[in-house]
Amino acid sequence: MSTVSAQIDTKAVSHEHHEHHDTSGDTIFGFWLYLMTDCLLFASFFATYAVLFMNTAGGVSGKDIFELDFVAVETAALLISSITFGFAMIAAQRQKKGWTLNWLLITFCLGASFIAMELYEFTHLIEHGNGPQGSAFLSSFFALVGLHGLHVTAGLIWMTVMMIEVARRGLGNATVTRLSCLSLFWHFLDIVWICVFTVVYLMGAM
Amino acid sequence: MSFLGKLSIDAIPFHEPILVFTMGAIAIGGIALFALITKYKKWGILWTEWITSVDHKRLGIMYILLALVMLFRGFSDAIMMRSQLALATSGAPGYLPPEHYDQIFTAHGVIMIIFMAMPFMVGLMNIILPLQIGARDVAFPFLNNLSFWLTASGAILINMSLVFGEFAKTGWVAYPPLSELTFSPGVGVDYYIWALQISGLGTLLTSVNFLVTVLKMRAPGMTLMKMPIFTWTCTWANILIAASFPILTALLTMLTLDRYLGFHFFTNDGGGNAMMYINLFWAWGHPEVYILVLPAFGIFSEIISTFTSKRLFGYTSMVYASGAISILGFIVWLHHFFTMGSSANVNSFFGMATMVIAVPTGVKLFNWLFTIYRGRLQMTVPVMWTLGFMVTFTVGGMTGVLLAIPGADYVLHNSLFLIAHFHNTIIGGAVFGYLAGFSFWFPKAMGFKLNERWGKGAFWCWIVGFFFAFMPLYVLGFLGMTRRLNHTNNPDWNIWLYIAMVGAVIIMFGIICQVIQLYVSFRDREALDDKTGDPWNGHTLEWATSSPPQSYNFAEIPHIDDIDAWTDMKEKGQVYQTKASYEPIHMPKNTTAGVFMGITLTAFCFAMIWHIWWLAIVGLVGGIAVFIQRCYSKDVDFYVQPQEILATEKAHNLSASKGINA
Repeated sequence: MSTVSAQIDTKAVSHEHHEHHDTSGDTIFGFWLYLMTDCLLFASFFATYAVLFMNTAGGVSGKDIFELDFVAVETAALLISSITFGFAMIAAQRQKKGWTLNWLLITFCLGASFIAMELYEFTHLIEHGNGPQGSAFLSSFFALVGLHGLHVTAGLIWMTVMMIEVARRGLGNATVTRLSCLSLFWHFLDIVWICVFTVVYLMGAM
Repeated sequence: MSFLGKLSIDAIPFHEPILVFTMGAIAIGGIALFALITKYKKWGILWTEWITSVDHKRLGIMYILLALVMLFRGFSDAIMMRSQLALATSGAPGYLPPEHYDQIFTAHGVIMIIFMAMPFMVGLMNIILPLQIGARDVAFPFLNNLSFWLTASGAILINMSLVFGEFAKTGWVAYPPLSELTFSPGVGVDYYIWALQISGLGTLLTSVNFLVTVLKMRAPGMTLMKMPIFTWTCTWANILIAASFPILTALLTMLTLDRYLGFHFFTNDGGGNAMMYINLFWAWGHPEVYILVLPAFGIFSEIISTFTSKRLFGYTSMVYASGAISILGFIVWLHHFFTMGSSANVNSFFGMATMVIAVPTGVKLFNWLFTIYRGRLQMTVPVMWTLGFMVTFTVGGMTGVLLAIPGADYVLHNSLFLIAHFHNTIIGGAVFGYLAGFSFWFPKAMGFKLNERWGKGAFWCWIVGFFFAFMPLYVLGFLGMTRRLNHTNNPDWNIWLYIAMVGAVIIMFGIICQVIQLYVSFRDREALDDKTGDPWNGHTLEWATSSPPQSYNFAEIPHIDDIDAWTDMKEKGQVYQTKASYEPIHMPKNTTAGVFMGITLTAFCFAMIWHIWWLAIVGLVGGIAVFIQRCYSKDVDFYVQPQEILATEKAHNLSASKGINA
């Protein structure tokens, strides 16, 4: 029984270097999967906001505190930063180190201004007695927007580390893979922000 | 705020004799272990070969070791509860005061689900899954090590609560408003939050890691529908983890914000809504029970097909049934709180969705029966666990369908009937499965088989003990006894409480049998040696390796033509052949980053629990720094050289052919 079909030639087919499978593809896919779990984290906070946003406990509601003009500028900063990150990636793919760094720096500045504006909005609200302790609505608002802000902050820290890496090591395979992951992360946060802007600010202020 | 936050000498419960005794026992055990390791000079090997290992097989063994230690802890809690309830009848107070008893039932639930069942499942998956798909390791070996240490950190935190302060008194679900600061001002709930948060992160990373491994690293020729069934059920479980654990992270974060910063998510005042917590909790918690049981279904499938020497009946239907269970598992969460008072239509929807799950589960049961039908079933220990499961789990499944009827649930909600039901499915389903897998794959992981006689003893004690311990709880549920009672005053209940106590003692004998079994098997390991790497004439690729497997698993990645790949290769005569030369194999190096991140993040969590803010900052920043440092370390991999591979393969194939001739 054992010798009958031993002739089947699988060796020739399988002898390629499959042990050196494409690990950068695995890394990006793994990171994308992680982002999907992150997406569910946001979904949970969105669901909670949707349940609690009318529970203002006699205090302010979205209409009273949201300033759409301000948030529009904030949103523009973040959306443009997605485009500039795209340019950074194009430069990185073309192995242009200087341009990659420039575009990353511009992206960083836009992201930092977004965070600065968000912090201003939060302190402004807290100063006027509308902190997260005020009501379930304010709790869920601060938590959802703050969670996004924490992600952007983490992205900024990551971007700083990446800029040092690019400056020191250039644009090797591992570095471009990491940049691709950060790029996924950054665009993902952009998409989440569009949902925040729509669900929280636009629908709240209407 | 003082240097140590809320922590002071008063936090150590010297006034509780039981706890002082436990602490003494842990201290003596710890010192003995420390002395033994020092005496046999094993610290070096423990550090370089195990603690820092990125080898999925070693990590799997460490997960299972953790699970067994936590099984002892969780079972001690169980037997304390049963003896308390057997003593505290007819108005007697028993020996456990309510505030201590409440911590025990909370700890029992958390430990058994999160720190016993989960590590056991993840451990078996770690050891076996990469082998079954013909991979040399997981996709992200360092992440795998980190996941283990995050899980271990959670377990360490929960055990620290024995010595410092207290554990939650809220039940393992920690429902608000009870778990809010107003009603639980102590550190118990904080221990609960941080232990679950950190181990949950570890589990989430594991799921991502194994999903990438399965989707990207299968041996050539292994299409998805040629994957071994255990790999399939683990994959469904990993999908469930990736989809449900973020909800747990979110809800624990919200409870943290409520407790630490005065938010109003779930509080009674300020517009908070406690039912939101309960919804989110079960949106995670219900998939969680399928995460536990699906891999167990895979284990039973492997065992039944191996020990009947037949192909698994209905492989395809098994895969789709697992998928159906996974998807349905996400739309039934509301059956945990029919009494919330949703409309009849909502309750009916969730009731029916719940009942529908019995269909794919039934498909599986019939598949196992048809596999056995006209096979030559060998009555080995893994098979006995499997048959025990098929009987026990069916009872549990039927009481589950009964509870799925909202009208019946209104009567039985939070009664001991429910307790009996979920122990019936989790012990009879998941735990029996892991114990079956434990004896089935033990020779693969350790290199020698387990003693059969003590294994059978353990099985009989467990299953008899199980029925004695839990069938009375169904009766007590019908008699109206609710869960989490500290003492009772109804003479009608007494006899059933006594019988349940006897059951717990019988299970204890089962656990003692298992300890003896491990000792006896280790003593007789020469005689029980598994020379071939294939002690049961197995069907899948894990049996192609030596026992324990080579560090690189496969000298050459095999080409897969069949679901039962190893059987196929044996029939074609393609096994145990040493090649003239091998190519070098690229492998990851061990790393200290995982364990250091575990230590720093444990410090962070402990500091958060006790409000030691400076330590929290140090711990968190330290953890992130270690991670970044690891990212930029270049010394992460090496090549196994051809001569070494050749020597290892020769030795294995020689030993295997001897084993076959003998």
